Formats: sequence, structure tokens, C-alpha cells
Amino acid sequence: MNKSPAKKWLIQGLFFLVLVAVFAFAGHNVSMQLKVRGISSGFDFLQNQAGFGIAFHLIPYSETSSLGRVFLVGAVNTLFVSIISIVFASVIGLIIALFRMSPLPVLRAIGATYVETLRNIPLLLQFFVWYFAVLRQLPMPLESWRIGKSIYLNIRGLYLPFPEDAAAVWMVIAALIVGLTLGHVARALARGQRVRSGRTPLWNWVPFTLPLLFPVLALLYLRSRVTFTVPYLEGFNYSGGAQIIPELIAAIAALSLYTASFIAEIIRGAVGAVSKHQTEAALALGLKPRQVLVQIIFPQAMGHILPPLTSQYLNLIKNSSLAAAIAFPELVLLFAGTSLNVSGQAVEIMMMTLGFYLVVSLCLSALINLYQARVLRYERR
Amino acid sequence: MKTLGLSLCALATVCVATSVRADTLADVKQRGYLKCGVSQGLPGFSTADKEGHWFGIDVDLCRAIAAAVLGDQSKVKYTPLSAKERFTALQSGEIDVLSRNTSYTLQRDASMGIDFAGVIYYDGQGFMLHKKLGVTSAAQLINASICINLGTTTELNVADFFRSQKIKYKLVTFEKNDEVVAAYDAGRCDVISSDQSGLYADRTKLKHPEDHVVLPEKISKEPLGPAVRHGDNRWGDIVRWTLFTMLEGEELEVGMNTMEAAEKSEKPAVRRIMGAEGELGKNLGLAPDFAKKILSQVGNYGEVFERNLGQSSPLKIDRGLNNLWSKGGLHYAMPFR
Repeated sequence: MNKSPAKKWLIQGLFFLVLVAVFAFAGHNVSMQLKVRGISSGFDFLQNQAGFGIAFHLIPYSETSSLGRVFLVGAVNTLFVSIISIVFASVIGLIIALFRMSPLPVLRAIGATYVETLRNIPLLLQFFVWYFAVLRQLPMPLESWRIGKSIYLNIRGLYLPFPEDAAAVWMVIAALIVGLTLGHVARALARGQRVRSGRTPLWNWVPFTLPLLFPVLALLYLRSRVTFTVPYLEGFNYSGGAQIIPELIAAIAALSLYTASFIAEIIRGAVGAVSKHQTEAALALGLKPRQVLVQIIFPQAMGHILPPLTSQYLNLIKNSSLAAAIAFPELVLLFAGTSLNVSGQAVEIMMMTLGFYLVVSLCLSALINLYQARVLRYERR
Repeated sequence: MKTLGLSLCALATVCVATSVRADTLADVKQRGYLKCGVSQGLPGFSTADKEGHWFGIDVDLCRAIAAAVLGDQSKVKYTPLSAKERFTALQSGEIDVLSRNTSYTLQRDASMGIDFAGVIYYDGQGFMLHKKLGVTSAAQLINASICINLGTTTELNVADFFRSQKIKYKLVTFEKNDEVVAAYDAGRCDVISSDQSGLYADRTKLKHPEDHVVLPEKISKEPLGPAVRHGDNRWGDIVRWTLFTMLEGEELEVGMNTMEAAEKSEKPAVRRIMGAEGELGKNLGLAPDFAKKILSQVGNYGEVFERNLGQSSPLKIDRGLNNLWSKGGLHYAMPFR
């Protein structure tokens, strides 16, 4: 029953056409129905003035900004909380995994308790627990705790001095990125020299200091050139400086601690999948247990870790929409919530929101796939 | 499998998009019950008890419509809706009428495919705060943290008010009202802002209700009313005149408690509303005694207000703007002729 290539193409082409027709019909139908029922449609509403305030935004925003701007504010906030949580979740997950694989029963018990508790409680509940737990601990604004000269902590958030010109912050971030890149290159060079000469070069430690060195240099450079705004009490609350709202802290805590429990299990499973003989052989060669883990086991486990880890990262990004329940102004709250209510254009707004999560998820998984292809290449070598 | 799923999805989209018809009255009669969209729990307006019975002034309007259309006030299926779900639920035909403390505004009436059928409660947005702050006017709320509920005109009113007064403020927006109250009680905010009726209801949920005060100031007009789908004028007429019937009932002193006297009354206006004279019901496509069914099964506006919001309720809200026009309020039923 071999089909000729032409026939195969014909069938696939026909199917594709039918698919396009069905979607075109559905889209046409939706827009017709919206028109018939007098519901406005189209994307013109993105230019309309938002008219409402947002408590936490990383890009400039005011009530007179457009609804399109609200989408950007929400998207940036979602990415911000997701990226920070991904970093914390990975670090905590690794630590818990090491606990679970530890020879010490006490550490193993701690690790097991952590995993079994946090991954078995609904995430939304954890958001509320963290939020109200955070709130309960903090004092009212007038009784704020002062840390150092001008850092204040109260129930309304953490207030920090902040450069008047946000460009300074970007400089430090840029310095960090430069440091990381150069560090990476330097490490490759050190490795090359080691392979060639069979001896660890004396400057082997240098690459690891670069990611720290550059931001420190940037800070030293900026110290005398940047003026800071300092928080001060105005009316009911503090003004000036930067405010980190308790909703953000609770959201990061809930997202990273919850996801860490899954990541810990992924790492433990992947390490367990590496053959025991590898460890025995490495020990027999005289490597120390730490070296065995870092240089023999982890590189081999990476191939097993990355695919499920990607899923966890994607889950985390999508789960960040639950932070809407505790008033963290992310995309779902700002755009699929308030903006939807202000404009009433549910179809367009939902499509844009879905599109955002889809694009972010696809980009992240593509990036990790690229990285994985590289890791596997090393493994084969 | 993937293609099957896609085709099913597309098919479902097409079916949903075409299934909404524009004759709600016939649909409701054929179905035998009314589908009414209410809030997820706002004391006095719509709340459910442990057995799942619904109470409140918005719920009573649903019951009145069921009494008028189906002759039985109990034939209602309630759908609790969040603020952001409510219009979509109405547009898509999931509910027949939205009776969910919803403010009547131009944009909603004109661009969302819905029509408002009147005003059941004249409200205004206000502020609630702790007595010990000693604040007497909203203009004193400098740089205050304000907890509000998402998806209402509240956010826009707060922004307008503080911008026009040139006062700084910080918004904390929650998806559900219960979290607004919990966060305020925990001290996250200095103030809650919402419709004043809602603030009185929220106050009953606080740990120490007596320590909190609702400022008398109103920063907006919030006429709360029922809404129907745009384009079904017959159904809109029925909802509008159900509401007017309750108001007219109060004006003529015809209600649950005065049914016997009304049956014997010789007054032409009372005889018309009882269905003994004229063809008022027929014009609407309803039974001649539709108004009598509303007033005998649910009661007139005064009775409904008293038991849900007034002095015989925990909220103890004054009639104020919600009195009849003849008693200094804004409620005015068009003539029953």
C-alpha cells in the first residue's frame, strides 16, 4: 500500500486547506456575531487611555497611559516574577536534591519532608498562606523597621533608596552580562590550555571572579555620579526610593518553593539514573566525592534533567498567573482582568494574553533545547 | 488524534457561536426556569446560605422575573459570577439576565452588547477605614494604600478622584472581594474603596466591625441595575417592567402583606396592576396577572428593600436616594397604563 509522493502531498495539502477554511470560518463567525450583537471588536482599544493606577511597574506608567502600555507593564511584571522565581526554584531545588541524596539521615528526612509537603499542597493555597504569613509578620507604616540608614520595612513593603535615573540600574545589569560572557570565554580558554598542556593553568580561578568583578566596578564608577532618592514618610505611607510590595515577595516565595520540590525530585531521579559504576570507577581513579558529583555525575545527568526541568520552568511561568489572587499586578490581573473590564473586548484580550504565554513558553523551550543539544554534544565527545 | 482534537475544537466554536437566539422569553418559557447571573456573595444583594438558597435584593429581582414569566418565583437557576465574567456570561447566553450589583454606564450600555433595564439601587463609591485614623474626608487620604476589588468601575473612580485632587495613592487590586476584606483586616491597606452598600456589607465580615467607619462622602454615581442582551427588546421590556411593578407596588401600597386588601380594592390603578382591568400583561406577552404574581410572591420594592438592606437586615442602610420619588428619593416607576 505505498502511496506515491504526489498523492501524499495532495492529501496533506487538502487537509491543510480544510484546516485553514475551518479557522477562517470560525474567525469570521466570531467577528460577525460580535457585530450582530453590538459588541465592539478590533484592536483599536489598545490606544485608549487606561485610567487606572498600577502599584508596581518596572517600565514607566501612569493613569494616562494606554491599554497597550498596560499589556506591556503586565508582561514585564510576569516575566520579572517568573525569572526571579526560576532562579530561586533551581537553587533551592538543587539544595533539596543534595539533601535527599545525602548520607546523613537527618538531611535526607528534611529533604523528603520538604518535597512531600510542598508538592502536595495546592499552589493557590500556598500563595494565600505566604501572603498572609508575610503580612502578619510586618509592622504598620508608623512602626516601620529601619535597616541601615534609609531602608524601611513595613506591611506595605520594603522601601529602598533608588537611583533617580534608572539608567544606572541598567548599567549594573549590563556589567553583569558582560562579566558572565567574558567569564564564560575565559573558562573555555582555561580548559583549552589544560587539555593542551595536561596541567591546570595558574589563572584557572580568574574566570569565576569576572561576573562579580564587572558589576562591582560599575558600582564603584556610579557611586560618586548617581544621586539616590531616599524613602521618606509622606501621609499614610513612605514615598520616594523603590518599593518592593509584599505581594511580590509572597508570589516569589510561593512559586519558587513549590517548583523547587519538583525540581529536587527531577535532579534526584536523573542522578540516580547515572550508572553506579561511574561513581565506583571515578572513586577508583582517586577523585574526591565532590569531584565525582560535579565532574562525572552531573554532566551525565544533565541530559535527563533538562527535558522535565523545561516543563517545570514552563509550569512556573504559567502558574505565575495565580499571583493575581494575591493582588500582584501581573498580566492576567492587569490585562485579562482590569483592562478587560474597562474595554469589554474579551476575545481580543484573551487572544493577546494566550499569545503572550504561548510565545514566552515556546521561546524558553527553544532556548533550553539549544542548550541541551550542546550538552549532549559534550556528552558524546 | 491531534487533527481530531482540532476539528472538534473548531466545530465546538462554530456551534457555540451560532446557538444564541434572540428570543429569550420563548427560551425561558420552553426551558421552564430562568437563568440569572448573580454575585459570588455580597450580603444584601446576593448571597447563598449553607443549603444553597439565595437571598438579596438582586436575587429578589430574579425571583420577580420568574414569577412574571413562569408564574412561580422559585423557578430560577442562579449562576454566581465574578466581576470580570459577568458580561461575557450574558453576551454568550449562559444567563438570561444579569442581576449582579452592576453599575449602569454609557460604555457598558453602548459597546458591550448589553442593555440596562433600569436601576434597582442608587449607590455611590465610598471609603471605609479605621476610626482611630481620625479621617473625616477622602481628601485627607494622602499617599494611602487602597484595597479594591478587580473588574469594577472602582479602579477608575479612585484614579479619577485622587488625580483631580492631586493626591498620591497606592492601589492594591484583588480578584475576589473576600481577599480585599482579609487584606484590609490584616493591615495591608489604610482604606477599602467600593460601592457604599458593599462597604456596609464588608464591614460585617471584619474582626471588629465597630472599629471601622464608612465615610459619608461619595466619589461617584453608581446606579446598580439589571442588564439583558442587546437586541432582544421584548425581553428587555419584561425585565424593565418587572422592576417598575415592584416600585409601583410600593407606591400603591400593594405587596405581600397587603394582598388581601388589594384584592378588594376599588381603585382603578390597583385593579389594573392586579390584572383585574386592562391588558397590561398581554402587551408584554405575559399573563394578565403577572404583576400580582410578582407582588404576592416576592413583594413590592419597599418590602424587598427592608428585608435585604433596611432596618430588618444586618446592614441597616437608610433608604436615602433609594426612596420613592414621592418621599424624596429617586425611584420613579413609569405609569402603568
